[in-house]
Amino acid sequence: MDYAEMLDRQKHIRNFSIIAHIDHGKSTLADRILEMTDTIAKRDMQAQVLDDMELERERGITIKLNAVELHYQAQDGETYIFHLIDTPGHVDFSYEVSRSLAACEGALLVVDAAQGVEAQTLANVYLAIDDDLEIVPVINKIDLPSAQPDVVKAEIEEMIGLDASEAVLASAKSGIGIEEILEKLVTDVPAPTGDLKAPLKALIFDSIYDSYRGVVLNVRVFDGMVKVGDKIRLMNNGKEFEVTEVGVMSPKAVKRDFLMVGDVGYITASIKTIQDTRVGDTVTLADNPAAKALDGYRHIQPMVYSGMYPVDNAKFNDLREALEKLQLNDAALEFEPESSQALGFGFRCGFLGLLHMDVVQERLEREFNLDLIMTAPSVDYHVDLTDGTEVVIDNPSEMPETSNISEVKEPYVKASIMVPNDYVGAVMELAQRKRGEFVTMDYLDTYRVNVIYNMPLSEIIFDFFDDLKSNTKGYASFDYEVTGYRPSDLVKMDILLNGESVDALSFIVHRDFAFERGKAIVSKLKETIPRQQFEVPIQAAIGNKVIARSTVKAFRKNVLAKCYGGDITRKRKLLEKQKAGKKRMKSVGSVEVPQEAFMSILKMNDEDTKGK
Amino acid sequence: MAGAYIHIPFCEHICYYCDFNKVFIEGQPVDDYVEMLIHEFQLVMAEYPDEKIDTIYVGGGTPTTLTPAQLQRLINGIHQYLPYDGGEFTFEANPNDLQDTAKLQVLKDNGVNRLSIGVQSFNDQILKKIGRIHRSADVYQAIDNAHRVGFENISIDLIFRLPQQSEADFMDSLHKAIALDLPHYSTYSLILERKTIFYNLMRQGKLHLPSQDVEAHMYQAAIDSFQNAGLEQYEISNFAKPGFQSAHNLTYWRNEKYFGFGAGAYGYLGKDRYHNFGPIQQYIEPLKANKVPVIERHVLPLTEQMEEELFLGLRTMQGVSIDHFQDKFNYPLQTVYGETVADQIAKGYLKQDGDWLRLTETGKFLGNEVFQAFLLDSY
Repeated sequence: MDYAEMLDRQKHIRNFSIIAHIDHGKSTLADRILEMTDTIAKRDMQAQVLDDMELERERGITIKLNAVELHYQAQDGETYIFHLIDTPGHVDFSYEVSRSLAACEGALLVVDAAQGVEAQTLANVYLAIDDDLEIVPVINKIDLPSAQPDVVKAEIEEMIGLDASEAVLASAKSGIGIEEILEKLVTDVPAPTGDLKAPLKALIFDSIYDSYRGVVLNVRVFDGMVKVGDKIRLMNNGKEFEVTEVGVMSPKAVKRDFLMVGDVGYITASIKTIQDTRVGDTVTLADNPAAKALDGYRHIQPMVYSGMYPVDNAKFNDLREALEKLQLNDAALEFEPESSQALGFGFRCGFLGLLHMDVVQERLEREFNLDLIMTAPSVDYHVDLTDGTEVVIDNPSEMPETSNISEVKEPYVKASIMVPNDYVGAVMELAQRKRGEFVTMDYLDTYRVNVIYNMPLSEIIFDFFDDLKSNTKGYASFDYEVTGYRPSDLVKMDILLNGESVDALSFIVHRDFAFERGKAIVSKLKETIPRQQFEVPIQAAIGNKVIARSTVKAFRKNVLAKCYGGDITRKRKLLEKQKAGKKRMKSVGSVEVPQEAFMSILKMNDEDTKGK
Repeated sequence: MAGAYIHIPFCEHICYYCDFNKVFIEGQPVDDYVEMLIHEFQLVMAEYPDEKIDTIYVGGGTPTTLTPAQLQRLINGIHQYLPYDGGEFTFEANPNDLQDTAKLQVLKDNGVNRLSIGVQSFNDQILKKIGRIHRSADVYQAIDNAHRVGFENISIDLIFRLPQQSEADFMDSLHKAIALDLPHYSTYSLILERKTIFYNLMRQGKLHLPSQDVEAHMYQAAIDSFQNAGLEQYEISNFAKPGFQSAHNLTYWRNEKYFGFGAGAYGYLGKDRYHNFGPIQQYIEPLKANKVPVIERHVLPLTEQMEEELFLGLRTMQGVSIDHFQDKFNYPLQTVYGETVADQIAKGYLKQDGDWLRLTETGKFLGNEVFQAFLLDSY
């Protein structure tokens, strides 16, 4: 391909992502687009093609971004190269969203015709507008009986300030409006602007580890080009590697001779060391380097911290390796070694939110076959000590003695909850119970309200989202941003098993809620910890003061009663199962504690905390 | 010497707790089944020409759902092909099937010398709730008939920890059972097995069972009551007057050999464990082609044999002989299990009396804790 052909090719590239609220039809739309562009034969089509992580399909969500190349023959007779960069919709993953937006010139804004603009969509579309992306509004599910496209158009115009008069009316499920969307991408989204002759600048927006090929870099090329045999340099650390393969995802990996300006594809270069590559870094050529790296990503601050420990202490190094591999394409995951008296050696991990934490745990268990114990999540507390210094605590067990503390500050968020007006009362009641302070409330239209509260982040990471969904029959959507630290009357709650404080079970709680939380956790632990050889007292204490207690009784009888008929195999299996169950428990002192117990604090529902 | 277990997988009613291999008898090829069972005796024994059968146990299902003629045919086949000369010969029986003496007479006349009757409870409400079709009055009639025909060695089963069963209720059944003055009793707590009605109820949260503490009380009450009545506990769930221990069941617990005949039956011949096809047709088909109906054979590694020697043997109150272990496996028990034994003794679950290791009184209640400990760690 000569220079002129390449320039022409560049004009035909369109890079875009899809912004949508969960359940508004993003994955279905992506599936339809892949079908329409014959990227995937119909017979190979399975729902949610881009969500290839097992976990994503099971939960019906997108966690990781995915990039795929498609070819579209437009009505003007020309063939265009589309790069669709899929993005997650959940608040925990907005970091991933901003990464994918950085690789695009345009975005489809998909809004459900019956439900309207949701809080999370709003947050993401603002990110896109900040990045100067061309937004193509799409009103999806227009074939629903409850669809109100005009109301939704007005919402888009009022809330986002976009001209929605030409919004595409579509139904991804029924295949309505898909071609119109593709045409809009051609006409409205600009071609990439980079300079083909300039030194290579490619942004690493994701990477994965492949045991055969080493680290696979997913990149967006902003300037220049790269081909097999080139020596590339990673601008962050100056390390150089020889390119062994370049290609695109379509959606399976397809090798290419080169990647050029505007392309979104992958590079492998026998990079063996995971730490060498960093998402957000710029790839350039060693013999013709770019003068200045691209703006990377801002460092993302985890919001939620939890201890992760292997059930089997010998698996500590396996856990470290697994975390390193996950971190490769999950830059928001942070971890550092820590140790616990109860659990041995593990890692303090930082997450964007609870869903992120859940996903990391499940990926570690599934993809790396690890049995893990996670301690209850915590936020970062700023603690002023009486000697005038300040310490940051992300692990409740490290909270200093009360007598040394002059003040504890906790992170607050501004929570914005969009909800039909029928549920405003329920939302306010819930927010109040979570120590929320009412700020304001705006009517978005005749029946939808945006309610704003200031709330402690710690209340949100517990079970706020679940409670919100159940209290509003799923109609509420929710977003939050951290606004800063505020002093609070917080205390550390210790949990004692058999008279011994278990560091991994302690947590921080507001003094006003300490009593009911203590009672609730004690009764939850009583349900979770199985009977043992001896009676196990469970106590919740603040300092030396026990505020709640309960007892797990000693076991009385556990013996296979009937053992006839010669079917010894089944009896053996039962014994083996009981024995394996014990191995999944952690001995804390003389008490065998199952994995779930360490998360008990999260599993307390409203009924528990209302002190029944 | 070996035992022979013979499985009759037919029932007129299915009990809510039962997970044995069984089907409703209606419409089943019962005559064919009996013929093929006899054919299986013939084929299998031809492979083991030197083997002797010292105990026979016909279980189910419900063996007494067979007609008198089918029973006659089955027992004739047993005598024809199994090298058995008059040891313990047990039939499981349902009280309903013993309301007259017709079937009992066939059994008695053909050498059956022990009956195990499924009584389960003397409370008619409970019997109904667990899917039993007989009522307590039927039990008295059945036992009366059995005595009249000349059976002396009779055992009955009682289940405890049944849904909504109180301690008082179980005590009542226990006393009524003991009042019958039989030489042998089995009593065991309900086990929820998959694929039973109770299991499904439990998963729907509709099954309310007595707590573990109540269950322990019931078990203690059974041990005490039987002992006071002169019935010695010789296994976790079994009690007998002197001389009336079940020789056949002891074969299992002593980890000795037994053949398994019939659909879904299990056999164990020293190192080999095998089991037959469970569905009736799948069991019958190979036999028609003169093939044994075995679906799976498993050669037990030495470790598994050792584990089973312990976890089965410790079920008996006699326990496990340290010398016998060494003779059988050529390894000293101390080498394999020294630490485990010490640990279990320290916990108070196990005791050593000379050559014998046995469960303590506490150990009897927590047998699974002990048995698990004897599973070697390669698992």
